[in-house]
Amino acid sequence: MGLPRIWAASFCISTFRPVFRRCRDTGYFFHKPVYNGMTMTNGSSLLSIEHVSKDFYGNVVLHDVNFDLHEGEILGLVGENGAGKTTLMRILFGMPVIMETGGFQGSIKIGGTEVHFSSPFDALDAGLGMVHQEFSLIPGFTTTENIVLNREPMRRTVLNDVFGERMSVLERDKMRERAEKAISKLGVDLDPDMLVSEMPVGHKQFTEIAREIDREQTRILILDEPTAVLTESEAEVLLKTLKRLASEGIAIIFISHRLQEVLAIAHRIVVLRDGHVVKDTVNENIGIRDVASWMVGRSLGEAGQRAEARSLGQTTFSVRHLWVDMPGETVRDVSFDVRRGEIFGIGGLAGQGKLGIPNGIMGLFPAGGEVTLDGKSVPLNNPAKALAMGMAFVSEDRRGVGLLLDESLEWNIAFTAIQVHGQYLKKIPFGLFSLRDEKAMEELCQEYVRLLDIKCTSTKQKAKELSGGNQQKICLAKAFAIKPRLMFVSEPTRGIDVGAKKLVLDTLHHYNRDFGTTIVMVSSELEELRSICDRIAIVDEGRIAGILPPTADISEFGLLMSGVAVEEAVNA
Amino acid sequence: MRNLKTFIQDFGWPRIIIFFFLVGLFIMAPFVNVRLDASISDVLNRFGQNAIMVLAMVPMIQSGCGLNFGLALGLVSGLLGATLSLQFELHGMLGFLGAIALATPFSIIFGWFYAKLLNKVKGEEMTIAMYVGFSFIMFMCIMWLILPYSNPTMVWGYAGKGLRTTISVENYWLRILNDFLAIRIGQFFVFPTGLLLFVALFAFLMWLFLRTKTGTAMTAVGSNPDFARASGVDVDKMRTISIIISTFLGAVGIIVYEQSFGFIQLYTAPSPMVFPAVAAILIGGASINKASMVNVIVGTILFQGLLTMTPSVINSLLQTDMSEVIRIIVSNGMILYALTRKMKVSK
Repeated sequence: MGLPRIWAASFCISTFRPVFRRCRDTGYFFHKPVYNGMTMTNGSSLLSIEHVSKDFYGNVVLHDVNFDLHEGEILGLVGENGAGKTTLMRILFGMPVIMETGGFQGSIKIGGTEVHFSSPFDALDAGLGMVHQEFSLIPGFTTTENIVLNREPMRRTVLNDVFGERMSVLERDKMRERAEKAISKLGVDLDPDMLVSEMPVGHKQFTEIAREIDREQTRILILDEPTAVLTESEAEVLLKTLKRLASEGIAIIFISHRLQEVLAIAHRIVVLRDGHVVKDTVNENIGIRDVASWMVGRSLGEAGQRAEARSLGQTTFSVRHLWVDMPGETVRDVSFDVRRGEIFGIGGLAGQGKLGIPNGIMGLFPAGGEVTLDGKSVPLNNPAKALAMGMAFVSEDRRGVGLLLDESLEWNIAFTAIQVHGQYLKKIPFGLFSLRDEKAMEELCQEYVRLLDIKCTSTKQKAKELSGGNQQKICLAKAFAIKPRLMFVSEPTRGIDVGAKKLVLDTLHHYNRDFGTTIVMVSSELEELRSICDRIAIVDEGRIAGILPPTADISEFGLLMSGVAVEEAVNA
Repeated sequence: MRNLKTFIQDFGWPRIIIFFFLVGLFIMAPFVNVRLDASISDVLNRFGQNAIMVLAMVPMIQSGCGLNFGLALGLVSGLLGATLSLQFELHGMLGFLGAIALATPFSIIFGWFYAKLLNKVKGEEMTIAMYVGFSFIMFMCIMWLILPYSNPTMVWGYAGKGLRTTISVENYWLRILNDFLAIRIGQFFVFPTGLLLFVALFAFLMWLFLRTKTGTAMTAVGSNPDFARASGVDVDKMRTISIIISTFLGAVGIIVYEQSFGFIQLYTAPSPMVFPAVAAILIGGASINKASMVNVIVGTILFQGLLTMTPSVINSLLQTDMSEVIRIIVSNGMILYALTRKMKVSK
């Protein structure tokens, strides 16, 4: 063992000293499980969640959630973005954010005893293990070091008497032994001496799981989207591993958007929708289609009313093989056509790339591919040209990109028109240069304040002083002010209240019908898309999974979102 | 009452306190045998001398590059212009304008490179700018010695080469602006009409510029670069323009200062001139991404006023000569104060 390694270990121990202490105090190093409730289970539930509700400042995210988890059972937890999965896991894990926002109602029982976790450490002590979406591994450490981190077997040395516990020495042999044991339990081939930084992602995922099962008392393992970053073959191995762990008595909560995976391994499936458990059923004779419709199905009153026949014009805008390098929303290969006067919807789950499409076309992120508007090619990576060609963009990042928060409403609305079309400028007498035409800007702003019913004290008010809904209207006004032929609207109703949502959607509808503006609307709210769009494309993993009419069955949308092969959806 | 309250809020208590302190000093002055008319004349003079250097802060603040701690680049361009104008034996108004004209190409070139650098370090502009300023001054210390100047009024007498630390402009363009249409009242009071007109001209041009399409784009870049980019504005280009203008104004500023002060100061002399300009605009109420002409004028008057009045009045009060010590304490104290409140904007 080289000296640097001792330093590394002692650095890590001193850095995580509180954690280390806690682990020691609770008996990690002496393999003495503190929690003894396990023996009495068998048949009865290991974990039960009873009547759990949670609201964030009045916004209810979980409503009376109940389910049980038995020993050796794999429970598939599915739901759309925002259904409350993450919040539920946070409650289960005693994350501080839950206590900070007022705690939760209901109770959580482990082995029949009610537990109150005030921090994730308590949850760990009680036998919960969590594998996160993002890896929490130390890149410069080996597999072994990461697996036994903070729970290393130690040997006392003379220096202990002088400097205390910090100067204990790691027992490398035992560390390796334990790591190998954990790895063999997983049934995968991991090199105990490989550095995490040199591993393929799949191995990182396994290392995380190995770390959790190295803990003697881990009896419940929670995996949040563990297959999201894995290739198909890696995912298969992972699923096999999970089955194996379950057969050894570990209970698993498996969260995934990939429904076929859930169906493949789960014994029982719990579907969350808008904070409610809408389905809790044994995984027998269930098809992907069923789960998909439970996941997204809502009352469809609004979508039903639209039956108007629309005659749309020629194809005006077409995208071929577009790729966009937008962090977190990568677009890989997207092609679609939009017809004149159409409202074209783009939906899909978060992180699949739907937001990347308008951002890429408007030149805000590096992009490639072919984009044509009315037969003319649109240069990519050049916002000024894209705007000059008659396209406008209402960004999903309202406060970051959409607004000049510290400037007046006049500035916000007129700015793009000034820069792109040189409007709202007036020549000064000598004609050498032009100045802003403050009066024209004010008139323009007043016009939109009236048209869109923007609530403000004056057109000189600063944009940051308005409410979210009114800010969104300012963003729309900014786009309307350049009289676009094609308008991209990204997440137009995100973070605004119900009344404002309706107004924003009505405004889009009005501009589309009365001025013939072609609109491409990107939204994660499927219902919203179905209520206003003429066609809806669903994006999955950076590609268009399929394009459906808004009247299509809700399960079709669910299928496309869950990454089921496109062909199946077409044949169905 | 309500109006007064909002006025105080807009103007900001610190500036009101500084203002009343300054007024207090003026009131006190006659009682300690400091002539009021001479003091006012002095303040006006110093305002004119420094205002353009403070104005140089505005474009960079507006474009979001922060405070121009690298103003030294502009100052050095100005010094180059001034020394060249002496070298070419340009006298009078021709000499003064010639100095500005000769400084312009330098300021554009320096500004352009400076902008290249600052565009690479977005978010850290102010720290980097400070070091750029300092190291450039040091580099010029070498250059002043080896550049082939030959005008005998400028070079060291014993070697016949290398520029002196202090060069008098007395026979060239001393007080060329100050004395233009100057109004003299009594023995001690002179109103430097030409100087103030010149400052007003530049402030007006800046005001106009901020209202053009480019100026508007620049302000938006400072306010929210992502918004500007999404509206088709070339963010780096706007920043470059603002930095070049700022550097150019720095050059003009130092030449105006020299014609009033009477000397061209070389070598390390420019370095202590940057902080007062920064402090003045902050005291004027600018934040690190918003500044107006009012901030420039109010800030320069308050800062230079205090700097002029405090030492003379307090010296007379204490009956000792501590002027330099007091001046340093006051000016650095004000800079410190100004920097601590730099985040807050007031109108």
